[in-house]
Amino acid sequence: VSHSLDSYLILSVLLFSVGVFGFLAKRNAIAMLMSIELMLNAVNLAIVAFGAFTPELAEQATTIALFVIAVAAGEATVGLAIVIAIYRNRRTPLVDEYASMRE
Amino acid sequence: VGLPDTVPFLGWSWDDLAFLMLSGVLLGAALLVVLSRDIIRSGLWLVLSFAGLAGIYVLLGSPLMAVTQVLVYIGAVAVLILFAIMITQSKSGPAPLVFQRQWWVGLGAAVAIAILLLVSVLLTAWPAAVTDLLPADVRAVAALLFDEYLFPLQVVGLLLLAAVIGGLYLARRDEEMPETNVTRVVLPGEGRSE
Repeated sequence: VSHSLDSYLILSVLLFSVGVFGFLAKRNAIAMLMSIELMLNAVNLAIVAFGAFTPELAEQATTIALFVIAVAAGEATVGLAIVIAIYRNRRTPLVDEYASMRE
Repeated sequence: VGLPDTVPFLGWSWDDLAFLMLSGVLLGAALLVVLSRDIIRSGLWLVLSFAGLAGIYVLLGSPLMAVTQVLVYIGAVAVLILFAIMITQSKSGPAPLVFQRQWWVGLGAAVAIAILLLVSVLLTAWPAAVTDLLPADVRAVAALLFDEYLFPLQVVGLLLLAAVIGGLYLARRDEEMPETNVTRVVLPGEGRSE
């Protein structure tokens, strides 16, 4: 099981869809950001798995995965800062109460 | 102490056992992140799922990625998320209010994406199974990072700087501007107990 690419890709798919569900179903903005982190982790797992099973791409895959981690860290920083800034004004982290652009 | 070649009584290789256990931890923790009612617990389960993924990276022969995962995700991102939770902490709502009312649409979308991706994964002929996963050469990764990928590396550095400045600017308390405290709408079914 552990030496076939399929099992790692299936694990990645399952992790990604858990993240998709969390992102679409949760009301709390921070929980949505956590689901985004789950999805990014799933993508990274797929990248590293492809690299591990294609020897000539192993180093490239690690490099790309490192870039993904760096960009994800930046995304988390700005995303959480935005949530905190909105929380200052609206006193709630629940996204369906941010209705001022709709009204 | 030498281990037997296969797991006693099961006949699996040790790698398979480690893979199954780690993927169980990873998926279980990820499900608990999404399903748990208390947001602090979600954050702590998120740490466990990051750790499970670090174990999977070790199994894939990429200890560099495992170390980075622990340092960046568990050490930085998870702590950042936990701090943000503590700043914006509100009482965890009653059970139906943790999820959107249309949560079943999200479930449908997630299942549809999972099925589509699984079909495409299973129908594609991937490279054959390898007998042993060689560890990625860290020296070669460094050479690649500072030679072929030097420009992207600089761009990522700039992006991180911009993210730090942007994050500080956004999260900073505005002194001169009064806070526009919009009174919070109390939904039906949500307790007013404070």
